Amino acid sequence: MNGQRAAWVFLAPAAIVLGVFFLLPVIGAFVLSLTDYDLYALADIHNLRFVALGNYWALLQRPLFWSALGHTVYFVAVGVPLSMLVSLGTALLLHSPMARFKPFFRTALFAPVVTTVVAVAVVWRYLFNTKYGLINYALEWTGIHPVDWLGDPHWAMPAIILFAIWKNFGYNMIILLAGLQAIPTELYEAARIDGASAWRQFRHITLPMLAPTLLMVGILTVSGYFQLFAEPYVITEGGPLQSTVSVLYLMYDEGFTWWSLGSASAIAFLLFLTMFVVTACMLRMERREAKV
Amino acid sequence: MLLIHASLMACSQHSDPDTLTFWTVGREGEAITQLLPQFERENPAIHVTLQQLPLSAAHQKLLTAFAGDSTPDMTQLGNTWLPELVAVGALEPLQTRVANSKTIQPNDYFPSIWSTNVYEGALYGVPWYVDTRLLFYRNDLLKAAGFDAPPRDWAQWRRMLAALSHPEQGQYGILLPTNEYDQLTSLALQQPDPLLRDGGRYGNFESAGFKRALTFYVDTFRLHQAPPITNVEAGNPWVEFGRGVYSFYFSGPWNISEFRTRLPASAEDTWNTAPLPGPDGPGAAIAGGSSLVVFRRAKHKDAAWKLIEYLSRPDVQGRFYDLLGDMPPRRSSWNEASLRSDTKAQAFRDQLEHVKPTPPVPEWEQIVNQMQLVAAQAVAGDLTIDQATAEIDRRADRILEKRRWMLDRAQHASSAPP
Repeated sequence: MNGQRAAWVFLAPAAIVLGVFFLLPVIGAFVLSLTDYDLYALADIHNLRFVALGNYWALLQRPLFWSALGHTVYFVAVGVPLSMLVSLGTALLLHSPMARFKPFFRTALFAPVVTTVVAVAVVWRYLFNTKYGLINYALEWTGIHPVDWLGDPHWAMPAIILFAIWKNFGYNMIILLAGLQAIPTELYEAARIDGASAWRQFRHITLPMLAPTLLMVGILTVSGYFQLFAEPYVITEGGPLQSTVSVLYLMYDEGFTWWSLGSASAIAFLLFLTMFVVTACMLRMERREAKV
Repeated sequence: MLLIHASLMACSQHSDPDTLTFWTVGREGEAITQLLPQFERENPAIHVTLQQLPLSAAHQKLLTAFAGDSTPDMTQLGNTWLPELVAVGALEPLQTRVANSKTIQPNDYFPSIWSTNVYEGALYGVPWYVDTRLLFYRNDLLKAAGFDAPPRDWAQWRRMLAALSHPEQGQYGILLPTNEYDQLTSLALQQPDPLLRDGGRYGNFESAGFKRALTFYVDTFRLHQAPPITNVEAGNPWVEFGRGVYSFYFSGPWNISEFRTRLPASAEDTWNTAPLPGPDGPGAAIAGGSSLVVFRRAKHKDAAWKLIEYLSRPDVQGRFYDLLGDMPPRRSSWNEASLRSDTKAQAFRDQLEHVKPTPPVPEWEQIVNQMQLVAAQAVAGDLTIDQATAEIDRRADRILEKRRWMLDRAQHASSAPP
């Protein structure tokens, strides 16, 4: 009994901080999402109406919400595997005993992570420029027809994905590199003595030993990529033809451009629900695989 | 130097009791620094602290300031944003101050511009400068194609656009950026049908008039007389206008000085401005511009009003035009030397007698954004005119739902027995 009380006392500071700065705002936002809080309500609280699940229902009927969700899923589905592949590839290269100037490359590859999105987005907007951009210049040189990266609704999202991967892969690379360094070298020695090829060493030692790290990196990346916002905000402003409007971008637009805070909170909860389901599925799949 | 000045002003903000805080939006903030010293000399007791907001962040910042109870004493405010801030009760009515003012004479102002500051019978702002959209045109290219004068109606305009467009050579009659709503709004305002119906309760985009405007707009793209690009892709339209890529350019007054600085002096005689052609004969244009408003929670209302009176003086407005090219809202200011002698400004002077305001509802900004998004889909060929107008009405009605509820409630309250 006494021990339990002591535990609560020790937990209290963290619990209070979490409650005040996390739990309360979340409950507040949920209540907000059940009302039509907007500019009129801001001026006079009597203009507030309780709409129950009306905001959610209206959202599910809005084509823009579904297209925003579609763009976000597209971004996650293409961006996450590509980004993880790039991270894993660079981590393997850095880990390779043949690599030279390791600290230099490690820093150079990590550099995009610590740059400011807005500053590098301006640079990338120049790179993507149809007439004068370096990327189209390179494409032309290899004989490929220039692409209207940011003006064509079909190419704008790939351009955003390319930028996001470049910006983010360094972070996962460092975590995966740490994971690689934690694999005991004896395992590789034993495999080499048994005559295993480099591919089989990778397939049967590196991958299984790295699996927990990969899962964690995967979940973090998925939840990070679902919150796509800054990239379209600075590069395309959601255009062309709203082809890069993500769920979070829609939420920002509703909430801070038009002050429909009720509807914006509902979007936030729908996004949370989507992310929760996806990461839960990922964890479950992993557990099933572990059992097999 | 400016930085030192700014930091000095920031320091004095709290110590000086007669410090007036004034927010400006966009380019006006820099020009006004040159008008303020004279004001401060004339009123030594008042010190003005300027804060310059970028246009892209201004709308959000004003609403956030209101929500956070940190509004300045006065601000420059685009007249399409005025209904929004009036609806939330952020602005001070100015009726009595204008009635007692010697400087500000309502009759001297262009009536449509003045009326954008009147909301439900009360005055909330004093027009500072006006803004409208009309045609810049290359008179040399028009002449070469056999046209001696700019178009007066849509039929003439269409003929000129057809004659001047050679899309295979990368030449188009006009540039209409598909992410700017001013051009389509101007065409729509020329129609007899209002854009909203039933006192701003519902959208009226399925009216014959709006369909006519949208058809003219979309046809310009379908006939390859305008490229279907946004202003991001358009890059440098001034130089391209100079090169003859576009023969017409549909824009506002600030571009007179923009063209003068960006094009060589020798090109000055190759272009001019013209009032907007209407469906049948000279048409109306949008009554835009910015007003000066005082916030209800301002601490220095009298000082703010003094500054508004100073900035409304014809001689000060004349200097303001010289600095920036912003056109004055009162007729007597147009008699100032540099405005009277500028032939390219005359088309604006004529147009300003025929301008129409956009519907005065707080939701207009949101509706007009949706209108343009749908119009861009029609330009891309995804929607027909009928589908597009039905979709705009649907979106407008959804946005106006709360307004309908509030209007109905107010009606019930006033008709119910006490």
